[in-house]
Amino acid sequence: MRVLVAVKRVVDYAVKVRVRPDKTAVELQNVKMSMNPFCENAMEEAVRLKEAKLATEIVAVSVGPKQAQETLRTALAMGADRGVHIVTDMRADQELQPLAVAKLLRTVVDEVKPDLVLMGKQAIDGDNCQTGPMLAGLLGWPQATFAAKLEVADSKKEVTVERETDTGTQKLQMGLPAVVTADLRLNAPRYATLPNIMKAKKKPIATRDAAAAGVDLAPRNKVTNVTDPPPRAAGAVVESVDDLVAKLKADGLV
Amino acid sequence: MMLRAGRHASLRRCGALVSHAWSSNSRLASTLVVAEHNNKALSPGTLSAVTAAGKIGGEVHLLVLGSGSAPVAEAASKVAGVAKVLHGDHPAYAHFLAENTSRGVRASAEAHKYTHVMAISSMAGKNFIGRLGAEMDLAPVTDVIKVVDESTFERPMYAGNAIATVTASDPLKLLTVRPTAFDKAPATGGSAAVEAAPLPAEPETGLSKFVSESVSSSARPDLGAARVVVSGGRGMKNGENFAMLEALADKLGGAVGASRAAVDAGYVPNELQVGQTGKVVAPELYIAVGISGAIQHLSGMKDSKCIVAINKDKEAPIFTVADYGLVADLFTAVPELTKKL
Repeated sequence: MRVLVAVKRVVDYAVKVRVRPDKTAVELQNVKMSMNPFCENAMEEAVRLKEAKLATEIVAVSVGPKQAQETLRTALAMGADRGVHIVTDMRADQELQPLAVAKLLRTVVDEVKPDLVLMGKQAIDGDNCQTGPMLAGLLGWPQATFAAKLEVADSKKEVTVERETDTGTQKLQMGLPAVVTADLRLNAPRYATLPNIMKAKKKPIATRDAAAAGVDLAPRNKVTNVTDPPPRAAGAVVESVDDLVAKLKADGLV
Repeated sequence: MMLRAGRHASLRRCGALVSHAWSSNSRLASTLVVAEHNNKALSPGTLSAVTAAGKIGGEVHLLVLGSGSAPVAEAASKVAGVAKVLHGDHPAYAHFLAENTSRGVRASAEAHKYTHVMAISSMAGKNFIGRLGAEMDLAPVTDVIKVVDESTFERPMYAGNAIATVTASDPLKLLTVRPTAFDKAPATGGSAAVEAAPLPAEPETGLSKFVSESVSSSARPDLGAARVVVSGGRGMKNGENFAMLEALADKLGGAVGASRAAVDAGYVPNELQVGQTGKVVAPELYIAVGISGAIQHLSGMKDSKCIVAINKDKEAPIFTVADYGLVADLFTAVPELTKKL
């Protein structure tokens, strides 16, 4: 079974982002970037499938600027066998949008022919939560989003996925090939060890030009303005529970 | 394959028509809101979506896809502001599977040539809207918090730390809306006609199969719609201690939430998680107990009207957004608060 894992380079989750003074976008210059946390979950799950002898090959793919190579190297150090880098200078938080990314990923699916595509449930920059279901829709494959548990049948023809829902969990069964998007609770991603990071340098990464993929990359949804959220007025520290109760009563909240 | 290509072509034609219609006369806008429900009752989020749809202008229709869902269709017909209810009842829609729902919504969207199709920015809505977008070659705008006009919307990015204004160019606009950003439409007062939704020839795609589900039951109000939310974090130390928060929540008629740390540690089930990757809430009163206030948590609650933080660490970031902060040991402060209310 071959597994394709899509990984994205985003602003590190712990960074407090700043909106650019010209209000066109969030500042990406000199900001720490990392692999999107949900993509790490997807990558980890693929490696576990390989360790369980269910997957034979893991291909990692990333769409992004030349620095996205670093994200692919991280995936290779975690255990991917090879990488595919679709190179573009478009901003992947607002300019290169999920529909275009899904179409680019479809070209890689056509080439790699995976039995399972694993992705994160959403990227923490655009917060769109769309690319996985879009890829499944384009391919006409079944999908399981927000996966918290993934079991591949011994036949390697079927998967059972426990997915998180608004009210609890739901268990689905689907034939392969399929697209599964990872929730945070799917697993705890491993850290790449130094020897594995060294080995990853020797693993192959194929590069493709996004503009040459035959996909319309133009954003359908034009971002015209980006602003800071309205600030909250400064609050007050209360001295005691009595004080707190009095304040809440005065505000008519209790 | 031929059939598929043919469908796409006809869709594009209808899309072009729709686009022409509303660009020349915006009163022709019409929005189909995909109702969320459990086959018995409408979700409160649906009522917020009806309000959001009303801001686009034009008629608002509700689509109820379910199985044994007649009570939902009836409830939908009474929602104020809804002009028509489309009801599709079939076992394929019993569990809101993305593959079947997407196909079902598409049938109604195409048959009635809506200008907007709106779902709720919940896990159920996000599950199918992307798929529907890809199948119809449309790019959804997700998590809309403000309708500026019929093609311009505001949405948060970066865990709510940036607000983007987005202009959508697709002839049929697919949207998901954040329920907490819109007031709930009154559940009564409407008298919409209920008619049969145009269903696809094969509602059951056969792509995925529902096996089972586990729904946590609680007598407390829905987390996303509660007037008061009491949330606990890592500081609660264990699941048993959450009983303290439940007592406080019950006293206030509120819901109980949690931070990711509390969910990951197994104190409470994941559907109680508030934050970027959990639920977004905006109650009148949010009481954060033993929660440090990481970016990802603030993202899910910082639009609450009044935020109270109880934490023994006075440097915790939660105090930067709290209206009232109490630096104290939660194990003494919370029971005292419950007693004095």
